[in-house]
Amino acid sequence: MTAWRVVVDRDRCQGHGVCESEAPDVFSVSKQAVLTVLDEHPPDTLRAQVDLAVKYCPTHALTVVEDHDPEEE
Amino acid sequence: MTVADTDLREPPRASGDDGGTGHLEELRADPIGLMERVRAECGDVGVFRLADRDVVLLTGPEANEVFFRAPEEDLDQAEAYPFMTPIFGEGVVFDASPEERRKALHNQALRDKFMRGHAETIATEVEEMVAQWGETGTIDLLDWFAELTIYTSSACLIGRKFRESLDRRFAELYHDLEQGTDAVAFVDPYAPIESFRRRDAARAGLVELVQEIMNGRREAAVPGDTGGDRDLLDVLMSIEDAGVPRFSADEVTGMFISMMFAGHHTTSGTAAWTLIELLRHPDWLEQVVNELDALAQDDADGQDVSYQALREIPHLEAAIKEALRLHPPLILLLRVAKTDLEIAGHHIEAGKLVGASPAVSNRLPEAFPDPDAFDAARYLEPREEDVANPWTWIPFGAGRHRCVGAAFAMMQLKAIFAVLLRGWEFDGAQPLDSYRNDHSKMVVQLAQPCDVRYRRRVPA
Repeated sequence: MTAWRVVVDRDRCQGHGVCESEAPDVFSVSKQAVLTVLDEHPPDTLRAQVDLAVKYCPTHALTVVEDHDPEEE
Repeated sequence: MTVADTDLREPPRASGDDGGTGHLEELRADPIGLMERVRAECGDVGVFRLADRDVVLLTGPEANEVFFRAPEEDLDQAEAYPFMTPIFGEGVVFDASPEERRKALHNQALRDKFMRGHAETIATEVEEMVAQWGETGTIDLLDWFAELTIYTSSACLIGRKFRESLDRRFAELYHDLEQGTDAVAFVDPYAPIESFRRRDAARAGLVELVQEIMNGRREAAVPGDTGGDRDLLDVLMSIEDAGVPRFSADEVTGMFISMMFAGHHTTSGTAAWTLIELLRHPDWLEQVVNELDALAQDDADGQDVSYQALREIPHLEAAIKEALRLHPPLILLLRVAKTDLEIAGHHIEAGKLVGASPAVSNRLPEAFPDPDAFDAARYLEPREEDVANPWTWIPFGAGRHRCVGAAFAMMQLKAIFAVLLRGWEFDGAQPLDSYRNDHSKMVVQLAQPCDVRYRRRVPA
């Protein structure tokens, strides 16, 4: 299977909270505007939400990295 | 990038140093020409001189990335803008640390969840201003958008109640403040020149207006009333030290000036340039108008600009982004090197000013094909040249110091044009190639005359 995970560029994140609005099970932004990734390997059912979070992040701080499972090759 | 390496080269110096104040006069006359020449002669790292201070100008993706990723301990912003101190007042810093900016983002309600309320406020402000228009007429783009954005930024950042106590006088004084940003400030922020005298008189005038508003509230105050429409001014006025108000009108004014500053001339100028570029490119304008009309039809009640401003309006967004790329409101971003640094193989001595230039980087041909042309399609999929060039598409800066108001600004501009282009048609009241910026101050403003004609739109 193909696994994927969420990566945050901390030099770019400013804590706007758009990701939290799009994918509340994956992202949480504190009152001090610090982002916590609640689940770095979210289930595929949340992929659509995470893709929206990546797309609408105002500072383009989020990426989804596809991790190829070598056993499948 | 902090090093004590001795193999590093000193960065090359640009031609044109006049032997006196260096490149100061050229910066005051043609700053973009100066910075383009620095890149042409020196490459990614080059030096020009402002009196006794060198400015190391970085351009290109690699050097820009170092600039924007640098921590405060290496490149500090707080001391880099001497022309702002007399505007904000002593004790109000121009820029805060990234941690303080995070708190500001929270406190100043710039977060995502407040955007819809702001969109409604902005749409209302635009509607109130166009309600004063006749069937046809002429507006001065500089004056009109500057006044509008005083109302929108005060309403969103300080509160509706404070905004209701403002009129044109506030906008006019604020304009004099912005004009008080002559680069002479790099030599002496209090030099005896006309624009600095007007700046100081304008600041005193704003303090007087704020004092009047504060007096009015104190007189009208009902003891113990903590009514629901409290705004930031009420909050600041309620803070006391041993029974004495902590903040004077001078300090409150300084805080308000600094809160509004970053979002004012920037948004005002971008709105004006977006409209000018749309008039210059009627094909794209037509697509934007069609897009807005279609959105209005999708929308159940048809008039909810606040809702639409938060949705994707790809052609309008692309036009705004292209206006920002071609006419960035800030043309030179500055920091101070706090320690000896290595950037792109060059030694940068502690104490030097280090700059990045949106005006130069936004037009690098390697990143933006046909860089001087308005080509809004460059932001549509699959090109997305803004996303593809995070360190050179930099109208909002980048990295940790990226404009925290960028999302707010884009929403605001979409709300403004959703109201304007739905109800009105525009055309140039002067040749379309005659609109230009005035670069004589560090705060870039549209040069007058900059008139456009409006006409009430006849529904098709």
